[in-house]
Amino acid sequence: MSRRAVITGAADTAVGELPGSSCMSLHAEAASLALADAGLRPADLDGVLCAYSFTEPHLMLASVFCEYFGIRPAFAAAVQAGGATGCLMVTQAAALVEAGLCRHVLVVAGDNRLSGLSRDRAVAALAEVGHPQFERPFGVTIPALYALVAQAYMHEFGATPEHLAAMAVACRTHAARNPKAQMRVPITVQDVLSSRFIAEPLRLLDCCLISDGGAALVVSAAEAARDAAKRPVAVLGTGQKTTHEHLVAAPSLTEFGCRDSAAQAFGRAGVSPADIHVAEIYDSFTVTLLVELESIGFFEKGEAGPAALAGALDLGGRLPCNTHGGLMSYAHSGAAGGLFHVVEAVRQLRGEAGPRQVPGAELGFVHGDGGILSAHCSLVLGRL
Amino acid sequence: MPADSPAPARPLPVPNADTAPFWEGCARGELRLQRCTACGAAQLPPRAVCAACHTGSLTWEVVSGRGRIASHTRVHRPPSTAFKAEAPYVVALVALEEGPRIMLHLRGAAAAAPRIGDAVRVRFDPPSGPHGIALPYAVATEDSA
Ligand SMILES: [Zn+2]
Repeated sequence: MSRRAVITGAADTAVGELPGSSCMSLHAEAASLALADAGLRPADLDGVLCAYSFTEPHLMLASVFCEYFGIRPAFAAAVQAGGATGCLMVTQAAALVEAGLCRHVLVVAGDNRLSGLSRDRAVAALAEVGHPQFERPFGVTIPALYALVAQAYMHEFGATPEHLAAMAVACRTHAARNPKAQMRVPITVQDVLSSRFIAEPLRLLDCCLISDGGAALVVSAAEAARDAAKRPVAVLGTGQKTTHEHLVAAPSLTEFGCRDSAAQAFGRAGVSPADIHVAEIYDSFTVTLLVELESIGFFEKGEAGPAALAGALDLGGRLPCNTHGGLMSYAHSGAAGGLFHVVEAVRQLRGEAGPRQVPGAELGFVHGDGGILSAHCSLVLGRL
Repeated sequence: MPADSPAPARPLPVPNADTAPFWEGCARGELRLQRCTACGAAQLPPRAVCAACHTGSLTWEVVSGRGRIASHTRVHRPPSTAFKAEAPYVVALVALEEGPRIMLHLRGAAAAAPRIGDAVRVRFDPPSGPHGIALPYAVATEDSA
């Protein structure tokens, strides 16, 4: 394929509690910021991909956004794959560009999940992901479903609560360097282990945040990117894998589609995990990040926890990971949560990350997972 | 919400064409699984197709209700106030002898200090709600007399 897809714009709004924001205002703000970052105008867009919303759900969210923002692109669609949506929208945008269907595709998501929903309503809305007849009647939450994975994974591979806690500590250490992050006060393993249980073995500090915020990217055809404002970042490889939706029907409780998804992305990019300079990996829970680090091949089974305790995920470590602070310390606002990882990877590859910059970062990896490690999507991005 | 308003109803299953025989079995104290006539796979949740071979027709069979804990979690933060009175409670995935996994609560000695691999046996609550749903739960095998 001669038409290469590149990322020409990447931006996010403020994150945290944003009174006065709405789902669509966050979309519009993120879109404007990403367009400005790319040096493009709204009329340059011929494709738009949106995701989903908890506060303003709609059957046709992309059309709702285009109407709100005042654009009439030739292609507009919504993508829904939970936490995999951010990476999946970039994958889809790259495919549209590579197929010659679009020149500039806007990928945008946002939600005021914190100020627009009570915490109880947010927990209840997320619990609806469980199977209506074979999971929800038993009072499971998303943390409880991930706790079932954690218990099985710890049993099989010897991970400990300290190893899980090390993931949260690593994300917070990065967030402390990021003035935009929602949670910046450094934490210790002991802080995680003494926070209250949500669903054993997961405690409050093993869980992601609930935030308001939006994020957007512009994915362009390389030949259309010549007049972009900044040096583009190439989409070198993409991968995806879906193995189940409900945990009760998952083929395994300890092996998930992240392995195949990442292998496909690495294969298409012609690189291996050891080549990656910076990784932004979905961290809805500490266990999510730990399982993915080991399943994707960055660490052997049982090694990610001890390595993280020794600083492997920090700047200067073997794999600086979630350099913005991730979902656990930067922010998590629905589908925008996964886009924050992509935006951060672009910033790292452009050398724009300031005090949290990974020196000389040229090759980045981003991974998202939706459901209960159900749907996976991986990106290999590279500095051009 | 005022403190004295009633807790919302639990999200009890609403049987459909795929699942009605399963829930009818539960109401009679029977655990039923689908079995594929072509490849022999047992499956749960019930479906209109065999998810293993996609070709066979499916029959229902009553199974042992014996299995082993594949994973477990004690839930401290329930999804809604409907579950608050019961919290903390232990949710488990049990690998049934016939192959499929089932989600349910552990009760009695099985819930005290559950371990992966522990042998358990499925039992049923009395039928309740408009659809007469008897939710399964599990107890330690030695508790099941
Ligand atoms: Zn079959």
